[in-house]
Amino acid sequence: MTVLILTLIILAGSYAAGLVGSLTGLGGGVIIIPLLTILLHVDIHYAIGASLVSVIATSSGSAAAYVKEGITNMRLGMFLEIATTSGAITGAIVAKYLPVQYIAILFGVVLIFSAGMSLRKKVEYTGQKKSLLAEKLKLNGTYPVNDKPVTYNVSNVGGGFLMMMFAGAMSGLLGIGSGALKVVAMDGMMRVPFKVSTTTSNFMIGVTAAASAVVYLQRGYIDPGLAMPVVIGVLLGAFTGSKILVHSQSKKLRYFFAVIVTFLAIQMIYKGISGTL
Amino acid sequence: MKQDRDIQLFIGSLLRWGVLLSMAVVIFGGTIYLYRHGNSIADYSIFKGQPALTSNFTSIINGVFTFRGRAIIQLGILLLIATPIARVACSAMGFIAEKDYLYVGIALTVLVIITISMLGGFGG
Repeated sequence: MTVLILTLIILAGSYAAGLVGSLTGLGGGVIIIPLLTILLHVDIHYAIGASLVSVIATSSGSAAAYVKEGITNMRLGMFLEIATTSGAITGAIVAKYLPVQYIAILFGVVLIFSAGMSLRKKVEYTGQKKSLLAEKLKLNGTYPVNDKPVTYNVSNVGGGFLMMMFAGAMSGLLGIGSGALKVVAMDGMMRVPFKVSTTTSNFMIGVTAAASAVVYLQRGYIDPGLAMPVVIGVLLGAFTGSKILVHSQSKKLRYFFAVIVTFLAIQMIYKGISGTL
Repeated sequence: MKQDRDIQLFIGSLLRWGVLLSMAVVIFGGTIYLYRHGNSIADYSIFKGQPALTSNFTSIINGVFTFRGRAIIQLGILLLIATPIARVACSAMGFIAEKDYLYVGIALTVLVIITISMLGGFGG
């Protein structure tokens, strides 16, 4: 295949990945990697490199819109970035020594988990007890609900911090934003309201990915010819998705995509086990 | 806090312009690359790493000045990677203005971690 044709195919595929990633809340990275490796036979290291770059673009692009709305908890994000960036470096280092088969299997498992998480019920936790550590770190905040500020408290700071370290490590290892794992930490453990956790986790994804991208770049995982259509396509797709999301929140659509993503995940696991990746 | 709000607005603009600028550079480099190599055969099925032109900072900059498409794309990607890092640096300055030294320390810790990642020689 010539460079031009492959570039156009990847551009179209990345656009679709960005769109679906945005509509489901899965993110473009977890969809573009199976697309590149299973359908286009791209080596998984190049796929991970290109995906990670696209993750930085979509995270920064949408964070730009969110921070202006004042929902993002910047202190909480900044504090947890210590965990995610140090996790990301660890993941990027481990990626070099972990055989490709294991990376594919792990990827599939995280993908299935993310698909399941995209179907969860969203809860706006606000009435939490005050935690001493959260108070000391000034993590509690307010966010606008119907133009009125609502106060929330953050609990289980330590547990959330450790979970964020794990999320960062998965991001650095697999080249994804690992938004689903960040949601586990923030919604599930720290009991942050859903809107705040989504925007804050998105805010953190960019810098987390940047921490491992500097390692990937030096290691040659980021191929410009491949990263170019991926980053442009995913970004445009995510932008389109953010415009659609306002109008439709179809439950059927979410289930449909969750099934497709699970199918891709099983393929990755199968290829990993059979060693055909 | 009004100051908080100002910093948020500034960070929002920084992120938006960082992404737009880096995408413009990527598209510019991509056009040159496709114009010159569009008809070559592409093969990404075996991992071969990258030549210095696209993986070493000094070589990327030299490649940009000699108008190498792949080096220009890589410069755009470097700008993209730099965008969230610049955001952390700006937050640090915002916290200094607010005299919130706990968070100045936290932001600096994040920057130190990224610097270690960059210069730690983990790329080999």
